[in-house]
Amino acid sequence: MAGLGQKPTAGGRTYAGLGLPLMLPAWVIIGFFLVLPIGIMLVYSFLTKEFRGGVIWEPTLAAYDQFFFDRGLFGDEQPKIEWTYILIFWRSIWQAGLATLMCLLIGFPTAWFIATRPASSRTIWLFLITVPYWVNLLIRTISMKFLIRDNGPLNQWLLDAGLISDPIHIINTNTAVQLGLFYSYLPFMVLPIYAAVERYNFSLSEAAADLYASRWITLRHIILPVVKPGIIAGCILVFVPSLGAFLAPDLLGGAKNFMIGSLIEEQFKGNAGNWPFGAAASMILLSMVLIVLIFYARAQGRAHAKGAS
Amino acid sequence: MKNMLKTGASALALSLLATMASAEGKLSLYHWFEYIPQEVLDKFAAEYDVEVTMDTYDSNEALLAALKAGKLGQYDLAVPGDYMVEIMGKEGMLDTFDPSEMSNFGNIQQEWVDVTFDPGRKSSIPYQWGSTSFAVNRDVYPGDIQTLGMIFNPPEELKGKINVLDTSGETLTLASMYLGIPQCTSDRDQLKALNELVQTAKPDWASFGSDVAKDVLVSGDAAAGMIWNGFSAKAREEGANIEYAFPKEGYIVWMDNVVLLKDAPNRDNAIKFMNFLLEPENAAAVTNYAQYTAGVKGVEPFLDEAVKSAPELNPPSGGKTAFVQACPEEVQKVYDTIWTNLKK
Amino acid sequence: MAAKPDLKRFPGFFALTLLCLFLLYAPLVIVMIYSFNDSQSITIWGGTSLRWYGDVFWGPEADKFKQAAINSLAIATAAAIAATTIATMSATAMLRAGHFRGKGASFALINLPLMVPEIVTAVATLIFFSAIGFTTGYATILIAHIVFCIPFAYLPIAARMEGVEEVYEQAAQDLYATRWEAFRLILLPLMAPGILSGFLLAFIISLDDFIITNFVKGAGIETLPTAIFGAVKQGIKPNIMAISTLLLGVSILFVTLSYFAGRIGQKTKTPTGETT
Repeated sequence: MAGLGQKPTAGGRTYAGLGLPLMLPAWVIIGFFLVLPIGIMLVYSFLTKEFRGGVIWEPTLAAYDQFFFDRGLFGDEQPKIEWTYILIFWRSIWQAGLATLMCLLIGFPTAWFIATRPASSRTIWLFLITVPYWVNLLIRTISMKFLIRDNGPLNQWLLDAGLISDPIHIINTNTAVQLGLFYSYLPFMVLPIYAAVERYNFSLSEAAADLYASRWITLRHIILPVVKPGIIAGCILVFVPSLGAFLAPDLLGGAKNFMIGSLIEEQFKGNAGNWPFGAAASMILLSMVLIVLIFYARAQGRAHAKGAS
Repeated sequence: MKNMLKTGASALALSLLATMASAEGKLSLYHWFEYIPQEVLDKFAAEYDVEVTMDTYDSNEALLAALKAGKLGQYDLAVPGDYMVEIMGKEGMLDTFDPSEMSNFGNIQQEWVDVTFDPGRKSSIPYQWGSTSFAVNRDVYPGDIQTLGMIFNPPEELKGKINVLDTSGETLTLASMYLGIPQCTSDRDQLKALNELVQTAKPDWASFGSDVAKDVLVSGDAAAGMIWNGFSAKAREEGANIEYAFPKEGYIVWMDNVVLLKDAPNRDNAIKFMNFLLEPENAAAVTNYAQYTAGVKGVEPFLDEAVKSAPELNPPSGGKTAFVQACPEEVQKVYDTIWTNLKK
Repeated sequence: MAAKPDLKRFPGFFALTLLCLFLLYAPLVIVMIYSFNDSQSITIWGGTSLRWYGDVFWGPEADKFKQAAINSLAIATAAAIAATTIATMSATAMLRAGHFRGKGASFALINLPLMVPEIVTAVATLIFFSAIGFTTGYATILIAHIVFCIPFAYLPIAARMEGVEEVYEQAAQDLYATRWEAFRLILLPLMAPGILSGFLLAFIISLDDFIITNFVKGAGIETLPTAIFGAVKQGIKPNIMAISTLLLGVSILFVTLSYFAGRIGQKTKTPTGETT
């Protein structure tokens, strides 16, 4: 039972003093090729847009103004609060949230089931979960589209089986988008939870059972707190990519409504050609993700502090 | 592990060698999707010993954005539509050539030599031209379809089964035609009416998509869809019982043009390829594949019978047609707002 | 482990697992079946045939797909090697080097690529490359891939390193091994499974990437995902299904290989603090 409470992190100092040099490559490559680009994005968001794409080097808050204030169709009305982009962001958050919830509801039992198999067969189960994930996301999304179209195999099968009398209309609906997101990112949920459950010490369940706790009470009060880090990690891994996704909304949702991803894409590659606005929307999205992560890091920190005491 | 890394490293080295080996004599195209047969590219590659690479885009605006974002200088040729040739010319993205550089320059049909978007053809040659309107599945709706109302005020049978091109230019131009207002109007009441029209029509639309415009008609996901005439002909060939409409309110005509890009890395091969495309036999091969209409003289003997007689390619005479115009900045801004509001 | 089995079992969990597997595999089964469709269209069944497999290997676009596959594998291999190396160094720094300046920031930095939505990374990187005058090509794809592969390689490697007790390296040092020797002869072999999983995870992440690659790739350079996307735009033909099925086959081969590699790894008994 060495797993619980044993954290070798604190004692690790074999290579003391080498921390910075060992970190150097990561700092250089991520710092140069990710932090700097994001810095440029930040600068662009405060520049003037050039007609049909590009920026003019004159500082302005126009992009953020466009995001938050509605000045009417012709841009000369009294500014009101702009709901368009808030709506688009809210829709993306809602879709990503529902997809995350679906992933959690199916992913947790799956992870639990796998983690409670004998050690030898766990690997097989894990492979079963990850194999589809090795096929390109695009193909997975297309095959999902193929499966759920009105005269597709799913409806055909349900009709033949007599379970429904009319085809279920899923394609080009929000349900299709959620289904696509759920399908795209399910393994991101299963794997971290699996890792957490695998370290769970079942003598805790025994102790709870000895105290006449029901199975579900044990799950809620004993197991969930212990595997929480895995659940949180899984939720972030599903939620964050879902926020920026545009394959599922475009292919399955019919591109009828902008999501954050397609809105930003449109600013750079579409008709709008408004780079500063695309940059500003990216920055707003990034700060939202970072806020969530700071909360996560705080929660993690508290959990660590608890674990150490 | 070690062996695995070694194998990986040698695979990498091999593949890099493989890509470097054929680096001489290149031509880099930036092209619409589903618009040029691989055989034509292969024929050119074989005849002139040139390696042809092609990337695709799905709207004129996507082409412009990619070039602006830093891809200018990577491609030799692109195939923008009429109004985009004008915009790209103004943006300084085009190189010029002299007609004497191409022995087949005289093959260009007279009406397409002196065009407004490139007077005298200094940077471009005609590629194919066609029209944009819509097609309707006749099993679903057998009535009269020769009106843009099929899209913007659809009959009960078509409601919720319509696909619309995911480009604001074409969609808003057709909407303007339906309303009978001029393109790029700066009249506020007309712009408001345009905004209202698309807002009212949207609940009847099932999806927005350009690259899937054909597939949704073939698969039956959509019963009516805005589409280019040649794409519609292909959908019909693939088994969809659809009819392409030439609406009475008018429809869009467009011409795609092969343009010589500024800083083209292989200018000589680019000129050769343009000249190659002006050869009637090759222009006809593209027409037979894409099912649009060539702007080159003497293609008729090489055309397939099916293409010659395709209803999509033979509009009734006297129809109202217009090119999409490049709107000035103030109007474009309103168009952008209308489009964003539509998709919010 | 003396836990009563019923404590591990929750009613309905097995059913949900089966549902999970069904949801994961149903679309893939469809893809496999329709890859043998004789018809031009993917919606109409036209009898069984191998013609689309022939098309993938010998059709007019065969060369394009072959080149795309080579590009994808080469980029994924190179990116995964680089990312795994960087991630191993970083993990050693984070878990074995005691406290150093900027440790917290380093942790955030390593995870940043995971946390920035892909579309933002894609656009920012393209603008950055244009701004500093990089021509997009193989190199830009490779760099972008290394960056987003790092956290995927780091997570399993760090998880494994946490499980490897430090006493072995300390014992080695007590026997006058240098730190480099302790790392090379003790830590690295113990880390092998973690490094392998990190490498494979980075490899498949790179192989799968479409959004970032599509933005930073150079003219005419295709990876499998971008070639597949281009082909989809030529109208979805059953050849896409055939390609997908082949990819699935390759991935299953990979999984099987890594499974056996893992079993061989287990035979060289690794002492860990794992609970069983």
